[in-house]
Amino acid sequence: MKLKHLQSQLEDVQPFEKAKFALEQYPTTPHLAAHMLTFIDTEYDDIEDQVVCDLGVGCGMLSIGASILGAGACIGVDIDPDALEIAKHNLTRFEVEADLVLCDLGTSSPFANRPVADVVLMNPPFGTKNAGIDTKFLTHAVSIARKAVYSLHKSSTREHIVKTAERLGATCEVLAELKFNIGKTMAMHKQKNVDVYVDLVRLDVSAM
Amino acid sequence: MRLVTHNMLMCNLKSCTKDKFPLKVTDFTIEESDVDPNPDFLIGLLPKLEWGALVGTAKALGVGDELPSKIPEDASEDADFLTALHHVIMEVEIKEAKLVCNGCGRVFPVSKGVPNMVLREDEV
Repeated sequence: MKLKHLQSQLEDVQPFEKAKFALEQYPTTPHLAAHMLTFIDTEYDDIEDQVVCDLGVGCGMLSIGASILGAGACIGVDIDPDALEIAKHNLTRFEVEADLVLCDLGTSSPFANRPVADVVLMNPPFGTKNAGIDTKFLTHAVSIARKAVYSLHKSSTREHIVKTAERLGATCEVLAELKFNIGKTMAMHKQKNVDVYVDLVRLDVSAM
Repeated sequence: MRLVTHNMLMCNLKSCTKDKFPLKVTDFTIEESDVDPNPDFLIGLLPKLEWGALVGTAKALGVGDELPSKIPEDASEDADFLTALHHVIMEVEIKEAKLVCNGCGRVFPVSKGVPNMVLREDEV
């Protein structure tokens, strides 16, 4: 019930006006966000009252969902001012208090060098257009999370993601494989709908 | 941006090596609003805050008069303290400002509540 309710609320989050191919802006769908967040909340209790950072916040889908589920504070970071404009509009409509920071996570992190967040939730670029960007996001995430990082990655890159997580000193668990419909978001896609399989991974950083 | 977030930000220039935190707030406009307090969140947040940086920044913004210089020992039972903390970190928003690094002097502008920490090409 909670899941369906959250998903239907998140249907109202306005997506990118024009997704930017170079930034791999695949909007997190309400379906994906609701499943991911409900699972994290019920299985790990890692949302309520937590400080949540959302790296690559885009239009704010995960931050809004986390706030609805009772996150104590959400901070979203993105390189794209256009996306942050839409995110801000979404936050206002949902009456969600989250902060937004403009920063290029490909070159640097805006956060102090300490675990400023309890958890990081993210749907980062997959690294198919910008090789290595997924690793950079994971590196930043692990450096600022006190407990855990939850992240979405293409299932085809699973081995690389698990290795990267372990190299960073985290233990990595693939929690679920989800179908991510990225159809119609990119003008260059020939088919109308493209299903991509993504892993929801959990990096446990509590022992670091 | 609220002070809960300001307390997390640091100068991100690779060439900057000292006094990167906290970023000094100058030329600011702030807005104060009502947000529902969440005591459990506040109590959990206490050990994660850089307290000195928070108090210094709040005072510079003119909103920190009720914050003690040290976290009280019985903070989780101290309703007045939690109310003051809640106000400072959750209800005060920096709308326009310059965030200045005390180490290297780099200025990060805040516009419409959003700090811009994107580096120029020659800074990367």
